[in-house]
Amino acid sequence: MIGLLAHNALLVSLAAVAFGAILTPVAIRTGRREWLQLVYGAVYTNFLLVSVAAGSMVVALVTHDFSVSYVAAVGSRSTPLLFTIISLWGALEGSILFWAWVLGLYSAAVVLLHHRRPGNLVPYAVMTLLAVAAFFAILLVGPADPFLPVFPVPADGPGPNTLLQNHYLMAVHPPLLYLGYVGMSVPFAFALGAIFSNEAASNDWSILSRRWMLASWGFLSAAIIAGMWWSYGVLGWGGYWAWDPVENASFLPWLTATAYLHSVMVQERRNMLRLWTLNLCVATFVLTILGTFLTRSGILSSVHAFTTGAIGYYFLAFIAIVLVTTLTLVAGNSERIQTKGKLGGAASRETVFLLNNLFLTAVMLTVLVGTLYPLVAEAVRGVKVSVGVPFFNRMALPAMVSLLFLMGVGPALPWGSTTWADARKRLYPPGIAAVILGAIAVIAGARSIYAILAFAFVGYAAMSNLREFWIGMRARHRAHGESWPTALVRLVAGNRRRYGGYVAHIGVLLIALGITASSTFRSEREATLTPGQTLTVSGRTVRLKNLWGREEPQRSVIGATMDVVGKNGAIIGTLEPRMNYYRVSDQPVPTPDVSSSWRGDLYVNLMAFDSGGANATVKVIVEPFVTWIWFGGLVVVIGALIGLFYSSRGTGAPALATNSASAGPTVANADP
Amino acid sequence: MNWKRASIAVLAAAPLIALFAYGFSRDPAEIPSPLPGHAAPNFTLTVFAPGDGPLMQPLGDTVRLGELVGKVVVVNFWASWCGPCRSEHATLSETARQYAGRPARFIGVLYNDSAASATQWIGEMGGQSYPALLDPGALTAIDYGVYGVPETFIVDATGRIAYKQVGPVSANILHQWIDSLLPNATAADTVPRARVP
Repeated sequence: MIGLLAHNALLVSLAAVAFGAILTPVAIRTGRREWLQLVYGAVYTNFLLVSVAAGSMVVALVTHDFSVSYVAAVGSRSTPLLFTIISLWGALEGSILFWAWVLGLYSAAVVLLHHRRPGNLVPYAVMTLLAVAAFFAILLVGPADPFLPVFPVPADGPGPNTLLQNHYLMAVHPPLLYLGYVGMSVPFAFALGAIFSNEAASNDWSILSRRWMLASWGFLSAAIIAGMWWSYGVLGWGGYWAWDPVENASFLPWLTATAYLHSVMVQERRNMLRLWTLNLCVATFVLTILGTFLTRSGILSSVHAFTTGAIGYYFLAFIAIVLVTTLTLVAGNSERIQTKGKLGGAASRETVFLLNNLFLTAVMLTVLVGTLYPLVAEAVRGVKVSVGVPFFNRMALPAMVSLLFLMGVGPALPWGSTTWADARKRLYPPGIAAVILGAIAVIAGARSIYAILAFAFVGYAAMSNLREFWIGMRARHRAHGESWPTALVRLVAGNRRRYGGYVAHIGVLLIALGITASSTFRSEREATLTPGQTLTVSGRTVRLKNLWGREEPQRSVIGATMDVVGKNGAIIGTLEPRMNYYRVSDQPVPTPDVSSSWRGDLYVNLMAFDSGGANATVKVIVEPFVTWIWFGGLVVVIGALIGLFYSSRGTGAPALATNSASAGPTVANADP
Repeated sequence: MNWKRASIAVLAAAPLIALFAYGFSRDPAEIPSPLPGHAAPNFTLTVFAPGDGPLMQPLGDTVRLGELVGKVVVVNFWASWCGPCRSEHATLSETARQYAGRPARFIGVLYNDSAASATQWIGEMGGQSYPALLDPGALTAIDYGVYGVPETFIVDATGRIAYKQVGPVSANILHQWIDSLLPNATAADTVPRARVP
């Protein structure tokens, strides 16, 4: 019953989005702008209907309505409520439904916030969003219909994927990822809207899309970090990034979105790179669709791949349409979009931004090639290959380490141009921090050149970004006699975009430090212990107390209780690594236990056990500074939030006037 | 609109789209097996589910692959906890029945499962025409390089593995391979065969 209701809601929503997408150009071409109200109505209607469908699915999941095909496939009476609800995005059809809902939400927000803007840019952007929504609506009433009737109705179902129901982060990572991924459709829609409405030769579309991109970027950053944390907490290998095709798929649009967030500043300040920025918008969207395609079509093998059917062909057709349409539009109009601005001096912030974009794009292309290479190799040479961690580390690390350095150079240099003497004065002080941190790394035992450089550049960039806060605060303190905390708050509030950016930089540096330290100074040992025996790894000692078993409604749990033993022999903590045996799977899900502090983690995973309880094989890993990665992710999100809520004064370039520390001339955003 | 630039850009995207289209013609999970073309590893296993009708073999009987030379043997590795095994079960059982009386044998080998739950599963699935064998310690599965169930091996009359199927097997595949491997029509060829569409 509820399935029929939801299915019909999706059918009507498909009709609504198709109607809206077709009506937009008709309304504009025939000059009947009042019809646009109907288009906007279609956007709201679609959001309402998809909300009904998604809500119905949640109700069906919670009430264990196994007459709905999706519930029969992923539901189970024994699954705890939280995991029952989040099964909404636990398998293919539900995740497409959730995607459609998030897209409906974004589209409705775009209409709500921008419908008063005169001109055709917003209507055409809405048309683009509706066209994308139509694709997902077609999937939902066709090959990915989650509401198919099941008869006879089963009494129970298998429950969600065991990896999904083993960790609470599965309630966080997928929605953040969808909010990030789907949000990137909005800047794309503004870019295409600008071309359709002949407004691409102005900067308005990028001013409109910038905040949407920043929000999506913040969500995607948080999603990637949450995914790393999940991998760390569930997969039992003590790592957080494996260059898995689908990890890469989330990283690719992050790289182009990061490049966009920098290039859009050059576009506004120096009237340069407009075509490039538009390309980044388009590329980011295409990469999100590519990522979804890789995840959902089963074209590449990955832990994330869902089982699939005909849906892959729909995605292939969609990617082909998106590529052909956008490339035709962008390349065909490229001469009109190009900007005529000129680079300032070599030692200027925009030079650093150009290099930043170059390196980010290089990393993106490297990761893309590495991800798709197995497919190419099989197509061309007919051999199975897998591209592993060494390739990505060797190829992507140099550019990533260089980016750390640029993060220190960019904030220190002014827009426009400066003299080399001035540049030296600005660039030298952070060098002290670089030398100190690099030296500490060498003393601590780092030998890899990239690791040492990464530590040094993290120090350099951290000092450089913090120094911007210091200089600004000192100026306010001296000029207005403000107390230091007041000076900090007013400094950031006065130019939220800029200081939000610096905060995000510091977050990225914390992540870089955590990654470099935990991979460089990681040590691990594996041993079979009998109760009472201890294992020591780089100064941390654990002792096996006992093995135990326990039955839970949805799983059986085997666990080992391990005491953490301090220097003087006292017990300073307890860890309980477990193996969870879910009824639906023959493979146990390892559940490591971690003792975290700011200095690092003690990570214990139960590898094997004697069924009589006589011994347990455990892997103990000591990873310094891992927690800095998660904390850095939080700082990045805070930076994005600060940047998101900048005050936009007037319609032009917001908040530029308060950019007091920038010495370079500001180029007006005059259209050529 | 500069159509020349536009066409060049679209042409540049064509190889990418072609590559993705190619991606569908292959299975990323498929790992080429060295076994086809080589002698099938021998095994000696005990019947725990006898099958029914003409294919029945008494409980506790021993089956030796080496003694089945001259016959096409379909060896199916399965388990009661395996989802995809459900979808291929009826196909296997029915196809085995169609080849009864001809020099073709079907054998189920239980993989990492208990005889009790497997017997119960067979009951739930409405029975099974051919016998199923126990593989204690999964030693035979290891010999065959099984890394997930279901996997099905088709062994020709000389004892060589002719074909390996990963995942559920279809009636089409079974008929095509068995028909191509069966010695030319023998005297026992009296059972009418289903036509393969």
